Amino acid sequence: MKNFLKIKDLSISVEDKCIIKNLNLNINKGEVHALMGPNGCGKSTLSNVLAGKEGYNITNGKISFSGENLLKFSPDERANKGIFLAFQYPVEIPGVTNINFIKTALESNRQYNGLDPIKPGDFLKLIKEKSKLLGISDENLKRQLNVGFSGGEKKRNEALQLMMLEPSLAILDETDSGLDVDAFKIVADAVNSTRSKKNSMLIITHYQRLLERIQPDIVHVFINGSIIESGGPELAEEIDKNGYERFNNA
Amino acid sequence: MSDNQEKLTDKDFKDPYEYGFETEIDSDFAPKGLNEEIVKFISNKKNEPKWLLEWRLAAYKKWLTMKEPNWSSVRYPAIDYQDSYYYAAPKKTEKIESLDDVDPKLLETYNKLGIPLKEQEWLAGVAVDAVFDSVSVGTTFKEKLKEDGVIFCSFSEAVVEYPDLIRKYLGTVIPRTDNYFAALNSAVFSDGSFVYIPPGVKCPMELSTYFRINAAGTGQFERTLVIADKDSYVSYLEGCTAPMRDEHQLHAAVVELVALEGAEIKYSTVQNWYPGDENGKGGVYNFVTKRGDCRGNNSKISWTQVETGSAITWKYPSCVLKGDNSSGEFYSIAVSNNYQQVDSGTKMIHLGKNTSSRIISKGISTGNSSNTYRGLVSIHPKSKNSRNFTQCDSLLLTDSCSANTIPYIQSKNINSIVEHEATSSKISDDQLFYCRQRGLNEEEAVSLIVNGFCKDVLQKLPMEFAVEAQRLLSVSLEGSVG
Ligand SMILES: Nc1ncnc2c1ncn2[C@@H]1O[C@H](COP(=O)(O)OP(=O)(O)OP(=O)(O)O)[C@@H](O)[C@H]1O
Ligand SMILES: [Mg+2]
Repeated sequence: MKNFLKIKDLSISVEDKCIIKNLNLNINKGEVHALMGPNGCGKSTLSNVLAGKEGYNITNGKISFSGENLLKFSPDERANKGIFLAFQYPVEIPGVTNINFIKTALESNRQYNGLDPIKPGDFLKLIKEKSKLLGISDENLKRQLNVGFSGGEKKRNEALQLMMLEPSLAILDETDSGLDVDAFKIVADAVNSTRSKKNSMLIITHYQRLLERIQPDIVHVFINGSIIESGGPELAEEIDKNGYERFNNA
Repeated sequence: MSDNQEKLTDKDFKDPYEYGFETEIDSDFAPKGLNEEIVKFISNKKNEPKWLLEWRLAAYKKWLTMKEPNWSSVRYPAIDYQDSYYYAAPKKTEKIESLDDVDPKLLETYNKLGIPLKEQEWLAGVAVDAVFDSVSVGTTFKEKLKEDGVIFCSFSEAVVEYPDLIRKYLGTVIPRTDNYFAALNSAVFSDGSFVYIPPGVKCPMELSTYFRINAAGTGQFERTLVIADKDSYVSYLEGCTAPMRDEHQLHAAVVELVALEGAEIKYSTVQNWYPGDENGKGGVYNFVTKRGDCRGNNSKISWTQVETGSAITWKYPSCVLKGDNSSGEFYSIAVSNNYQQVDSGTKMIHLGKNTSSRIISKGISTGNSSNTYRGLVSIHPKSKNSRNFTQCDSLLLTDSCSANTIPYIQSKNINSIVEHEATSSKISDDQLFYCRQRGLNEEEAVSLIVNGFCKDVLQKLPMEFAVEAQRLLSVSLEGSVG
């Protein structure tokens, strides 16, 4: 599908501060886009707005997803329609086990989309398979959601949820940050394995090395709330080498 | 006394002068109001022995001189005790042999409430003694229990069948004049459950009773007595859901537990009386006295409760740790929504040596409600090497609700340790957003987070109850986020 996600002239402010300015971005089905930009340029803000978080003032522009006006849907409707955000800072939810949380989320998704509940046995098989791929122990599945998880463990857990929920648009907000060298490879390859013609990804990262493992179709350079240049993987290589200087001065 | 077994019959009371309303005797309702005649009427209806009538009358006389307690945080208009019925029997009064003989309408009500009695029978062996209004109408699994010598029956039946046990234990944990509401209950209690577990017996199934309020304007005065003899064990489940109604109803139950040497009693409650509407109109006043007596050495009593209903809850299930090495536990979840008022907690009275108690209280408030934990831990001078641990957590969902934690600690033995921890928190926007980003709607998200908050207590409930309790938590918080 063309323009699976279409962001047109989007401007967003928080507490009267304009953070995103006239942003345009089109992602077709099956494409992987990378978004790179310096700290504080508005990447997480954009992810949050796509996912429907409250507290942002959309001063201008439109977002359509799968042909529908995305902005009219609640966060859970967006999630159930296939938008998944792997958080830069996943939150802790005490008393709720990781596995139970994922099951609840999966059930909500399935119910919304008119599917029968997954059989407990099938669920267990699926989650064991995916967590093995990501190197997540059974013990961590039974722990309380993100409570006391290390930074890297939290990120792996976001990847696990992504793989379990199989979204049609996955937004990864610095999922690679905080992972050790080995975990980095494991998670990147696992995420890359979910790539298909039927889904799209928006990958937010500071590091070109991630894009070696998940090769993007398009790389966007995001400065001060707008995309100022888009191109192929070579753009990421340039940023890796020379930083954002050229773009800042542009 | 030799007249333990003496039964008063209707005939003894047919004297119109003594009664003053002879024609009323056969009616299903005693007339409105409360006086000595009513107390006699109730006792007579139940074929009670004379000593019990006297016991009731003594309680009644004392009650007349007592004052309604006003030290708690709950506020309500004055109750007119003369404007209520104190006895109501269901239409059918014959003894019921099996569930097939139960009024189908009644069974339907249970079904609507999600508690199919029929299914309960087949389920993993839960014995059900259903209390409908004031008289028990269905008792199952009795035969199986009998094999082990376990007695599980309605309180009225126990009075007739096991008067010695009743006489020996009634009022020994909660004296009939203990407090205003306990005295009232002692005077006019209608029915309830009786459990006796013989020495060395581990009760082969969870015992459960479902309480209901159904007849309009009928105060409920349940009376429960559980006795675990030496080295025995019993798990007792109590749950209640009341249908919608518009006027305040007083519910003043008394529950007494006695654990003899080496015995253990686990008492779990899911309470969901009608809480009143969103404007605070209607709802049940739940003024309950519950106390367990760890009478023997090495005995143990554990209270677990999930309180979501009632307009007002005034309730402090307590443990008196008399025996050496005895232990008491209190695990509680109290939810308050709209204009509900909760003042609840526990009392742990350490009398014996090496006694221990553990309190975990989770209060969830939303709407305009108020939720107070009030707990007493008292360690007496002779209670050497005793310890208490208390954890009180409050979760607030709105800005207009309130939560309070009021711990009273009296430690009179320097070798004993009392620990108290308290937290108060709100559900964060980030937590809610995280859940919703994964597809849960707002109510599901709140319910998940609340269930997580309550986990330590929920896991103390027997399995089948835990599921029901979780459902209840979600239902009671519906529409509560804002
Ligand atoms: N709620 C808020 N109130 C005030 N300022 C905010 C708020 N949310 C975001 N900002 C500001 O908006 C800007 C963009 O923040 P954002 O988190 O989107 O950056 P980012 O591109 O994700 O950065 P990083 O690479 O460090 O993750 C920052 O200057 C940030 O301080
Ligand atoms: Mg960010």
